[in-house]
Amino acid sequence: MKSILRLTVNGREREDLVPQNMLLIDYLRDTVGLKGSKMGCDGGECGACTILVNDAPQLACLTLAATVEGKKIETVESLSQNGRLSKLQQMFHEKLGTQCGFCTPGMIMAAEALLRANSNPSDEEIKKALEGNLCRCTGYVKILESVKGVIESNEEAAA
Amino acid sequence: MEVLPDFEILCPNSAEEAAQMASKKGESRYMAGGTDFMPNMRRGLEKPKAVIDLSGIGEMQSIEKTGNGLRIGASVTLQQLISADEIKSDFSLLAEAAETIAGTTHRQTATVGGNVCLDTRCQFYNQSEWWRKSNDYCLKYEGEICHVAPTGKICRAAFSGDLAPALMVHGAKVELTSAKGTRTIDLKDLYQEDGADYLLLEPGELLVAVLVEKLEGYKTAYRKVRVRGGVDFPLVGIAAAVKGNGTQLEDLRVGLTGTNSKPVSLEGTADLCGGSFDETGFKALEKLVQKQIQPMRSTFSPSHYRRKVALNVSRRLVGNLLEN
Ligand SMILES: Cc1cc2nc3c(=O)[nH]c(=O)nc-3n(C[C@H](O)[C@H](O)[C@H](O)COP(=O)(O)OP(=O)(O)OC[C@H]3O[C@@H](n4cnc5c(N)ncnc54)[C@H](O)[C@@H]3O)c2cc1C
Ligand code: SF4
Ligand code: FES
Ligand code: FES
Repeated sequence: MKSILRLTVNGREREDLVPQNMLLIDYLRDTVGLKGSKMGCDGGECGACTILVNDAPQLACLTLAATVEGKKIETVESLSQNGRLSKLQQMFHEKLGTQCGFCTPGMIMAAEALLRANSNPSDEEIKKALEGNLCRCTGYVKILESVKGVIESNEEAAA
Repeated sequence: MEVLPDFEILCPNSAEEAAQMASKKGESRYMAGGTDFMPNMRRGLEKPKAVIDLSGIGEMQSIEKTGNGLRIGASVTLQQLISADEIKSDFSLLAEAAETIAGTTHRQTATVGGNVCLDTRCQFYNQSEWWRKSNDYCLKYEGEICHVAPTGKICRAAFSGDLAPALMVHGAKVELTSAKGTRTIDLKDLYQEDGADYLLLEPGELLVAVLVEKLEGYKTAYRKVRVRGGVDFPLVGIAAAVKGNGTQLEDLRVGLTGTNSKPVSLEGTADLCGGSFDETGFKALEKLVQKQIQPMRSTFSPSHYRRKVALNVSRRLVGNLLEN
């Protein structure tokens, strides 16, 4: 059974005919063609598929596409503007928060949600926000430094 | 993971409408945050013809003050529960337990109702279709025998929701609705000791809200032991409320999860109260826990370890609460 899904993906309104049993991760990757969000564990355990739904982080592998009707979806592709990386992306690049890169889109979107809600999180708050995001390359220290890099760079800019 | 079955999604606007839909549609299932239901469906453990999406029911999404407590809508998310002002003052135990559930991202969508109704868990059940098939399935789903207790006739999968013991300590009742009408029962009477049939809900019955009462003059805490420090189900979870100080114990309430096929509201604690609480008291407490829990080989961690942990943690938790 299919139904019409109307929503906003990365700032653009869309209308698609989707099967009721389609996962949001498959909709984003295969119907919309945004391959940034990754399917890692495929069962809610790794966070690689983390996207934002109305600014809150959500696992696209545990979400039925039809249930985000009318909502605002953001994937990692939404962050760079005019070919320039966002500050958070830039920090993952500079501070080596990315190794193989598989977990990175999910990591970045979970960190993006945190920074939008709290511009100056403590180390503990960063760790808590990213607790559901696993990195198989285990670069957790560098990932933490990348998120902290954004805060430090904001502080420098303000000083 | 399996391809999802072919179902239709139904979107009721009220609890009553949801219950009506469930009574009309055979083989329908409720979905709240979906953080338990979706992985189960993807493992082929759920094959509904219709999924009733509860997220559009406004009346189930709020926390309201009642005479001496709160009415918490079943669709209140764990994140909402943790950050609600009403919870911070008199119900911090609930927030403390909720904060240990899954990860930050899960808690944005995971709900109180979904946690209370969480499916029981077992190392032979929470597996892929081909894994279970090659093991000839099991009693809980599609199979003939229980691999945990092969001579037994009932499933011993563990109830592992973290909120239930904390809610029980707060004297929780649940508001249920079905096509037949509405009823309110004690939370502990929602469950039975059968891992394959752990909820005493009528077919299609919906959990609408949880009612909790304030604990005047009690000190509370939740302790959870798990393999990983985060994003993991409890091997044992213990909620306690203590009225008393130093060595004097006036009242004690204890709830446990992860040890049985239902959350355990520890019985007999009244006998330990009303006087000084010393080593004899701790021994008596351990005895109550020892008698009422039944950890089985449903987790990778051995059951005797979980038993030992439950005894030690309940002793330490009650001791710490008395001291402080
Ligand atoms: C990686 C991972 C780690 C996890 N760790 C924990 C943990 O540490 N502790 C823990 O307790 N849980 C854990 N969970 C399980 C789950 O995330 C939580 O229990 C959550 O609270 C379930 O709520 P939900 O709204 O997502 O439920 P759903 O998945 O929507 O539903 C769960 C079940 O309850 C039924 N249901 C839901 N709402 C109602 C209702 N109103 N009336 C009747 N039936 C209803 C559904 O039909 C389904 O059977 C974990 C899950 C994952 C994926
Ligand atoms: S306890 Fe036994 S019947 Fe229940 S899920 Fe585990 S193996 Fe299956
Ligand atoms: S793919 Fe969604 S959590 Fe792993
Ligand atoms: S960078 Fe490889 S999984 Fe995280």
